Amino acid sequence: MEPVRQVEGRAYPFGMKNVDTDIIIPAHWLKTISRDGLGRGAFEALRKDPSNVFDREDVKGAPIIVAGDNFGCGSSREHAAWALLDMGVKAVIAPSFSDIFSGNAFKNGILTVVLPQEAIDRLMEVAETDPITIDLENQTVTTPFQDRFTFEIDSFRKHCLLEGLDEVGLTLARGDAISAYEARQAKDMPWFAKGTALAA
Amino acid sequence: MASRPRTLYEKIWDAHEVERREDGTSILFIDRHLVHEVTSPQAFEALRLSGRKVRRPELTLAVPDHNLPTTARIDAAGKRIPIADVESAQQLAALEKNAPEFGVRYIAPTDINQGIVHVVGPETGFSLPGATIVCGDSHTSCHGGVGALAFGIGTSEVEHVLATQTLLLKQSKTMEIRVEGDLLPGVTAKDLILHIIGVIGTAGGTGHVIEYRGKVFEEMSIESRLTVCNMSIEGGARAGLVAPDEKTFAYLKGREYAPRGEDWDHAVAWWTSLRTDEGATFDKSVVINAADVQPTVTWGTSPEDTVSIGGVVPAPESFADPSKQKAAQASLDYMGLTPGQKMTDIEVQNIFIGSCTNSRIEDLRAAAKVLEGRKKADNVKWAIVVPGSGLVKRQAEEEGLDRIFIEAGLEWREPGCSACLGMNPDKVPAGERCASTSNRNFVGRQGPGARTHLVSPAMAAAAAVTGRLTDVRELVD
Repeated sequence: MEPVRQVEGRAYPFGMKNVDTDIIIPAHWLKTISRDGLGRGAFEALRKDPSNVFDREDVKGAPIIVAGDNFGCGSSREHAAWALLDMGVKAVIAPSFSDIFSGNAFKNGILTVVLPQEAIDRLMEVAETDPITIDLENQTVTTPFQDRFTFEIDSFRKHCLLEGLDEVGLTLARGDAISAYEARQAKDMPWFAKGTALAA
Repeated sequence: MASRPRTLYEKIWDAHEVERREDGTSILFIDRHLVHEVTSPQAFEALRLSGRKVRRPELTLAVPDHNLPTTARIDAAGKRIPIADVESAQQLAALEKNAPEFGVRYIAPTDINQGIVHVVGPETGFSLPGATIVCGDSHTSCHGGVGALAFGIGTSEVEHVLATQTLLLKQSKTMEIRVEGDLLPGVTAKDLILHIIGVIGTAGGTGHVIEYRGKVFEEMSIESRLTVCNMSIEGGARAGLVAPDEKTFAYLKGREYAPRGEDWDHAVAWWTSLRTDEGATFDKSVVINAADVQPTVTWGTSPEDTVSIGGVVPAPESFADPSKQKAAQASLDYMGLTPGQKMTDIEVQNIFIGSCTNSRIEDLRAAAKVLEGRKKADNVKWAIVVPGSGLVKRQAEEEGLDRIFIEAGLEWREPGCSACLGMNPDKVPAGERCASTSNRNFVGRQGPGARTHLVSPAMAAAAAVTGRLTDVRELVD
């Protein structure tokens, strides 16, 4: 994964609440065995409306989305994160995110920045005309108008994003601890260890 | 060691923590991993590219469900019928190649055990109480019905589990949903969970794991508990669970992957210890009065948009939150409804009985009870019953339920996710309504422009008979 330090640029003033992952990428786009090319299906239903924000000339290709509460709820499809990445989005700012989506976003190097609704309201205004800067190191969102909002982020996620770390690699490095757990489980809870090996 | 009182969730978590880092992130061991064709190809591909293998292949079970057509799978000559849709066929082919290549057990579309992952897990005994269970599907919360800690994951996490048999996670907060009293006659688990989501909202459980507590859940069948836990994710909770008890053990005993002999006895002893301790506290607690729950339906495009069947379509201005007012207006526009309209006046052209929420034998029995000796209404153009698995299908046929459905004018299909999610040929046409026993009424979920009303199996059957949303209690005692 590429390290992420800062995301800067125009933002889509989206603002919608409870954006589910079916809205981000409808199911018929999920019939793929690759991660690429899903940007074409991103927000498909909304984009049928010619006045939709994602096709607005001045913000097209923006790296940031400003959204409402509970962004990414619903299906666990990581295709939602891949679709955003494919359309060039590297960060979403919202008052809250679904747990599964924020995990998927993180694993693809997309920042999910949580800010209170008042800050979102302000950023929606700014996004209409001007760029926004997200600084991960300092955990701030700033605008050309001296707005400065600080956000919280899980320290482990921040570290992985800044360093571009591969989670699977990190965990595999703890292989001994996993082996020790497996040995304990085989002794204390052997019924879990057999799985499909129990098949008749 | 004397320990503080713990909840069911905390006990399962503690039993699976490999290690906790200083920043509070834990490596959590995963006991069971279910894999289907849609969210796994990129995970297997990543393993292949990095030269990694599956750490514990016997702890993963692969079964296709999402994009399989639910029409006949074998022709008259006994040959498998290929999937016409090229991309779906490719995804299925990828799973059929990946599973054996990585040593994972695979259930083929024509196998009697094939079905929706969340039906297959419990009914094969692969899903066990106290287990950590994951799948690249958000409705994995379903398996909480057998007392497991089960949750949906993304494809990168699927890869992580395949490679390490663990996940990197932070412990969730705990939430208790306690239902006091008894459900009214004719009110089902589906009505209850729709009502609960209406109360807590789709973000009510975000960051939390729900434990469903109270006599109502204790008295529920395992099938009903699976229905309730299934929709935890619609309330924002990644997982929801009911404490395992004698019913759970009786349900699982003797199933294909359930422990046997001494292992079984030891397992039951541990499972019995998993109940939330007296004095344990929850971060959040919601109390629901069972008597308040009526047969419940949805009017909008979010699972929190619920109303009792005797109610009316709400006015957007009746919501306090301005953003909810806006969302409600958009929902009404999409759904083609007007405020004040009686729910029972809403005509439906399609009926879907199925999905991981409501495709188990109990669900089919409930629908058949309403449909027996009746016919579907003429305005209902398309009505399908899709059993959750080959085993459910066989049992339903042994009980003669398939005849009841067919005689009532409904179609009896092969197992799969079907019209729940618009990924296979089973779709609801644009602008038409569907009374659906599935779990999501999102915009376009059942097909572009499709209008979904979430209901219980009995209510879907009632709607099939009258051609409009109907209080099932008017048709049966």
